[in-house]
Amino acid sequence: MSASSIRRGQTRDGWLFVSPAMLLLAVFLLFPVLMALWVSVSDWRGVGSPFSSDVGFVGADNYANILSGGSLQQRDFGTAMRNNVYYVLFVVPLQTAAALGLAVLVHAKALKGRGFFRTAFYFPSVTSAVAITVLWLFLFNSSGAVNAILGWVGIDGPNWFGDARGIFHTALGAVGIDAPAFLTDHRTLGISWWEWLAGPSFAMSAFILLAVFTTSGTFMLLFIAALNNIGDGVEEAGMVDGANGWQRFWHLTLPMLRPTMFTVLTLGLIGTWQVFDQIYTGTQGGPAKTTLTPAYLSFQTSFNSQRWGEGAAIAFILFAIIVVLTLLQRWALREKS
Amino acid sequence: MTARRPAWWLYALLVLLAVVYVMPFLIQVATSFKTEPDAAAHPISLVPQTFTTAAYAQLLGGEAFPLWFRNSVVVTLCVTVGRVFFDSLAGYALARIHFRGRALMFAILVGVMAVPNVVLLIPKFLVINQLQIYNSMPGLIVPLLVDAAGIFIMKNFFESIPQSVEEQARIDGASTFRLFWSVVLPMARPALVTIVILSFQGSWNELSHFIVAANDPELTNLTKGVAQLASNQLGQGTKYPLKLAAAALMTIPVALVFLVAQKRIMNTSAGAVKG
Repeated sequence: MSASSIRRGQTRDGWLFVSPAMLLLAVFLLFPVLMALWVSVSDWRGVGSPFSSDVGFVGADNYANILSGGSLQQRDFGTAMRNNVYYVLFVVPLQTAAALGLAVLVHAKALKGRGFFRTAFYFPSVTSAVAITVLWLFLFNSSGAVNAILGWVGIDGPNWFGDARGIFHTALGAVGIDAPAFLTDHRTLGISWWEWLAGPSFAMSAFILLAVFTTSGTFMLLFIAALNNIGDGVEEAGMVDGANGWQRFWHLTLPMLRPTMFTVLTLGLIGTWQVFDQIYTGTQGGPAKTTLTPAYLSFQTSFNSQRWGEGAAIAFILFAIIVVLTLLQRWALREKS
Repeated sequence: MTARRPAWWLYALLVLLAVVYVMPFLIQVATSFKTEPDAAAHPISLVPQTFTTAAYAQLLGGEAFPLWFRNSVVVTLCVTVGRVFFDSLAGYALARIHFRGRALMFAILVGVMAVPNVVLLIPKFLVINQLQIYNSMPGLIVPLLVDAAGIFIMKNFFESIPQSVEEQARIDGASTFRLFWSVVLPMARPALVTIVILSFQGSWNELSHFIVAANDPELTNLTKGVAQLASNQLGQGTKYPLKLAAAALMTIPVALVFLVAQKRIMNTSAGAVKG
């Protein structure tokens, strides 16, 4: 057998092996993205094929409807963006800190029962978002377990999933600060600056706690793996140099966790911009649209309102946000190392 | 020196945290055995005032829940078997077969992995509709049969197996598929177990794909059914014991897989990640 015929045989086998997987990925991933890109610049109304001759090209109209003009669509998109920005701002740092904290606590080899503790912290990650949301709706209802516990320390808890007040607004209101005119007069994406500063609503705050509860265990595993790779040598060197526990963690361990930190932050950013299952199961965007997210809005706009072009446009804006943030973060973390 | 005994306060802290993480599930199970007034009046109590299995009887004795469960089992089994086969086949080719176009295939794979799932909601519906598999079992299963991350895991594992294991079989004139199927695949057991766990967990817990791929009640699976139950789309009222029992039942299969595979999961860094 000559070398070239082996090559040829290998090329045939190679393509044979990858083609089922690649065909499925192309049909259900690549092609759909291109098709949706077309829908986002078309006036397709959900009837017949989007490629039929009576569907017209409308350019950036669908994008413009969402991003400008003061329409209801724009206000909904602005509200969804505001909600999701707060979700990201709270969830990403909290889940990363919780995961790292848990990993450091259960990492020690001399710890008794560390298998049990790891299992306890990881278990919420295994269950479905739907099942956990059902549980959360019960725990956070107005007379639920969370408010009962808050009652022990004299706090009158809110009706979490029914409370649309923003937590920053509530805190400011408690010290007597009300909306100043210059904040209510200016608008971005159709909603006033004062509304942008509302903070997550109590309903969204319950979802934020849900996210930290379900993801910290997964990310804990990544940090444990990284801590195991670092090994004890570094710690011991630090001890010889007389560094205390906190100094060793801050100056030795943490810098070595940078690659894992990058992974956790990236996955966190990508995940938090996609929150959908919990909203679908729990609140459908309510109360007063304070748990509306771009992902859910995209679904709702297309499937419920039959405005497919705008729904697809929201999906692509979301895609762009995720790509830009991931690249930005990659760049920011590269600079310092 | 590093084997220093952990301080008592560390244990206290860990026990407190473990209570925070475990308590919700204990409350869930306890509440599913309560009556509705009891669940509303004593939201934290772990002991039902009157123990009742009414919620479970209603779910399992009805028609909808067993149907949802069956649909979830069928879809999950098909998806898991499909992923193990297609992911390992493609992973093997990308790791071991030197063929023209391999670099391109790999580049496409990495690019596809970067597309967020939620962005695909509308596009997927459009394609499923065009292919006329909307509201059909194939529509639920086929789009999930391959996942790029799984191919990636298999490729990495195959690269870690020394080339020499295939040489003897190749000299004996075995075909590429035979090399893959009888020689290399049996050695890939740890990676295959990982794919099985991830696929099972992923497709059992999947929601958004099933929302856009069908609206026929006959094709409703557990996540979609329980989500509709939770958001009162089926006109159920509060009925917390019923909803929590449904959520508990849907958690049992993944919990079992988790407990069986626990050692592997706890020692791996390639865990499933959800948002």
